[in-house]
Amino acid sequence: MINFFEESVFFGVTLSLIAYFIGLLLKKKFKLGIFNPLLIAIIISIVFLIAADVDYEVYNEGAKYLSWLLTPATVCLAIPLYEQWELLKKNYKAILVGIVSGVLTSLTTVLVLALIMGLSHEEYVTLLPKSITTAIGMGVSEELGGYVTITVAVIIITGVLGNMFGELVCRIFRITEPISKGLALGSAAHAIGTAKAVELGEVEGAMGSLSIAVSGILTVILASIFANFI
Amino acid sequence: MKYIKQFLVILGISFVGELFKAVLPFPIPASIYGMIILFIGLMTGLIKLDAVKDAGKFLIEIMPLMFIPAGVGLMESWGILKPVVLPFCIITVVTIVTVMTAAGRTSQWIIRRDKKRGKLND
Repeated sequence: MINFFEESVFFGVTLSLIAYFIGLLLKKKFKLGIFNPLLIAIIISIVFLIAADVDYEVYNEGAKYLSWLLTPATVCLAIPLYEQWELLKKNYKAILVGIVSGVLTSLTTVLVLALIMGLSHEEYVTLLPKSITTAIGMGVSEELGGYVTITVAVIIITGVLGNMFGELVCRIFRITEPISKGLALGSAAHAIGTAKAVELGEVEGAMGSLSIAVSGILTVILASIFANFI
Repeated sequence: MKYIKQFLVILGISFVGELFKAVLPFPIPASIYGMIILFIGLMTGLIKLDAVKDAGKFLIEIMPLMFIPAGVGLMESWGILKPVVLPFCIITVVTIVTVMTAAGRTSQWIIRRDKKRGKLND
């Protein structure tokens, strides 16, 4: 049976889709933020792999085709951006200020907490790019001398948590404007947060998409300055 | 035919994004170059919305699925994550809240101020 998994191309994708589908059913039944389909899909897949004693490489042999779609899908985020262009032009000041505050806050929060907790320079720069999209964040971490694998893990955890609790944070801090919700999700939790923003509405999705690109590029520049502080 | 053409445009742009990444010295991934190329293409009218719309919306809709493999990959990095898990988790959670609040509240403040000004001018 294990050998069969190792030869199978469709095992990883099928497991991922079934796990996500179970997540969707649970969310529909319980309507709670904690039943986030993405988180449930990840947990079910991990539990299954451990229980069946299947290696991650075996799973990823099929599942990698899901990751493969990520580049073209991110390219397509230009579509909602284009469709919301008028709104974007009209609110460019608010949008720009929102994204810049988001990036500065992300870097400052990591700096302050790293100082309080006494993290080393390597640990600090590992965390600096945590709010931006994985591909850019890996580059930043590597450039500054961080632990790239940990950066990737933290970026993904940030995304999943943002996807899960984003709506709740918006409610608690009374962020109600669709533009602001999208900016908040995109700046704090990159593409995975934007996946949630897309679910909330077209304006939210467009603003999330814009935040990924702008905050990613801004972080590249600003993180190299912030890296000198610890 | 419609979908073949749309996927051709989207994957073609992804490929051009890869070329940009290979040629330019910045740590910017192919996907972001591609996003910028498609956006400029749509704005200038070189790419018609109809040439990418259906396939594009489909890809965006199934986007959450594409993060599952990376998430499952966390089982591999557990070993190196374990010693630092507590401080890193605290920083992660706090940062999400501060960043969302900063980006959300500042933009919302300006949007509402502009709306009020707009009303006064009417």
